Amino acid sequence: MLKLIKYVVYDILRNRILLGYTLLLLTVSLSLFNLEDDAAKATLSLTNLILIIIPLVSIIFSTIHFYNSYEFIELLVAQPLNRRTILLSQYFGVSISLFTAFFVGIGIPVLLYNASSTGLILLLSGMLLTQIFVSIAFWASVVTRDKAKGIGLSLMIWFYFSLIYDGLILFFLFSFNDFPLEKPILALTCLNPVDLGRILILLKMDISALMGFTGALYKDFFGSAFGLIFSIVVMSIWIIIPMLFAIRIFNRKNL
Amino acid sequence: MHNFFKNIFSLVSSTMLLMVFLANFISENINAKEIPVCATCQFKNIQAAINSANTGDIIVVKSGIYFENKIQINKTISLIGENNPVIDAQEKDEGITISANNVKVSGFVIKNTANGSINDFAGIRVFKANHVEVSNNTLRNTFFGIVFQDSKNGEIINNKIIGENLNQTKSGNGIQLWQCRNIAIKNNYVTKHRDGIYFEFSRFCHVENNLSEENFRYGLHFMFSDNDWYYHNVFKNNGTGAAVMYSKHISMLYNDFENNWGDASYALLLKDISDGIIIGNHFTKNTIGVLLDGSNRINVTRNLFENNGWAVKLMANCMNDTFYKNNFIANTFDVSTNGTLYYSYFKNNYWDKYEGYDLNKDHLGDVPYRPVSLYSIIVEQIPQAMMLLRSFTVDVMDKAERIIPSLIPDLLKDEEPKMQKNKI
Repeated sequence: MLKLIKYVVYDILRNRILLGYTLLLLTVSLSLFNLEDDAAKATLSLTNLILIIIPLVSIIFSTIHFYNSYEFIELLVAQPLNRRTILLSQYFGVSISLFTAFFVGIGIPVLLYNASSTGLILLLSGMLLTQIFVSIAFWASVVTRDKAKGIGLSLMIWFYFSLIYDGLILFFLFSFNDFPLEKPILALTCLNPVDLGRILILLKMDISALMGFTGALYKDFFGSAFGLIFSIVVMSIWIIIPMLFAIRIFNRKNL
Repeated sequence: MHNFFKNIFSLVSSTMLLMVFLANFISENINAKEIPVCATCQFKNIQAAINSANTGDIIVVKSGIYFENKIQINKTISLIGENNPVIDAQEKDEGITISANNVKVSGFVIKNTANGSINDFAGIRVFKANHVEVSNNTLRNTFFGIVFQDSKNGEIINNKIIGENLNQTKSGNGIQLWQCRNIAIKNNYVTKHRDGIYFEFSRFCHVENNLSEENFRYGLHFMFSDNDWYYHNVFKNNGTGAAVMYSKHISMLYNDFENNWGDASYALLLKDISDGIIIGNHFTKNTIGVLLDGSNRINVTRNLFENNGWAVKLMANCMNDTFYKNNFIANTFDVSTNGTLYYSYFKNNYWDKYEGYDLNKDHLGDVPYRPVSLYSIIVEQIPQAMMLLRSFTVDVMDKAERIIPSLIPDLLKDEEPKMQKNKI
């Protein structure tokens, strides 16, 4: 499996998209930190980048990579190898490369310029989001054989989590305004990894607003050590579950 | 020659007059005794020394612990503590009660007054006495700290008032003025009381250079007190910040409001205030910077609002308030409101969220800035929507709404926002 992962990583490094992605992240984060005199403000701009760009690139890159290495996967399936091993090695290969890109592109600048608890939480959410969207991409890619359909599905999933889901929540809030919504909202938050990541970062950043009457509940819950562990666990579930589904489908799939 | 004698005469007579005056002055000072109080002195008890003192005497209390309470000062004397003598009321009654004019109390440590729900036991109480000076004292574990009632022209200077009560109901106010005129409160430190500094029906008072922190309720609290000034004070980490209610003509200048955090925490709460001025204050890291409720003709100029949850909450029942040349930096919400109709004016403020341009280079933005975002209105109506803070969806909605306003109050805008920060 290690050997396979090594081949996948080599393969990814050979086409320069990942290098470009790393450089893009590095340029953006370095220029943000250098342009803004206040490191906290730069971190805020980085938050938007992490919550939108990182999931998008992770999910699209993984999907395209999966379809591009479809022939290689077919070749491997012909070998005496477990299908689970094949898929997992693909998964880890992609994860490791994207993870490295993220760490070099955003991790190092953040550690250099703003290694506060906010910065560390930012990195943690970024890493988890990368993993989550790679998992979801693998699930989306094994569902269908058609490359266009697969990429379309991935895009839809990204669109849903970044934009539509919050719109639905807002609609839900307007509709059920007369009911006590604090608990349901907490539950709904867990159903979207992007929201979870965002709230984790916000609790470290916009603490004064969230401490107000309205945010007290989120502060109490997510702000505590339990809340932090809870959200990390939920995000880990978001990594594991789509991947389990992907393996299940891949095992039974007629390639 | 005649003239010469006349001159000599006038010189001699004026010299004599001067001497008579001086003699009078000196004899009066000689009459004013200095009465020492200490363990080995004639007077071992402060009250006994006061009882035997005459008007104008100075009672000097040497260092030591005096277990006395309800010390009555009912004649014009000075009570001076040397090397911080301690008056321990042993939780029986008040510390010192002053009911004569021109009294000075200075240099004491006053501890452990009684605590009760019927009487407001104070460390030092001034009752119907004018020109009283209370200075350089330290008050620890007093129910109320320094209380002035029905007094005029007093001074409260350089005192440290440290409460040791653990909650709001068991604790009184640090400095309290009730129906006073012209009291100066300078350089004091108040902490762990219910309200740091509390004014009721008090006018023409000056509050200057005080530090009020970690009080359970307000750092500063005004009720029905007109024409007061407070400047260069620091209010931080108080339960709800500073509150000014039902008063007119209050001037709030160059104060620092920091870290007033909590479920309902304001740096400055204005309730039914009119004709006040708020200039040069710094509001940093508060849940709500300034809340204006039923407040009219308030002039808010050259203040700094930085890192607050809400910089300004302007309720719809306010009229003719002006916000001029303030800096709004890194606040989650700049201005929030609960209605649609406005008669308040924003001009030449610096908004860090402003995205307009300046074509004619006059340092003023060419398109108006609307400080109220759609999302802040949503949060005002549905508090739970706070969960969507900084969500991409919300950002998109806010941008769209700023370009084509339909839900945010149309009149509430800064026509000439500054491109650079204002000097404060």
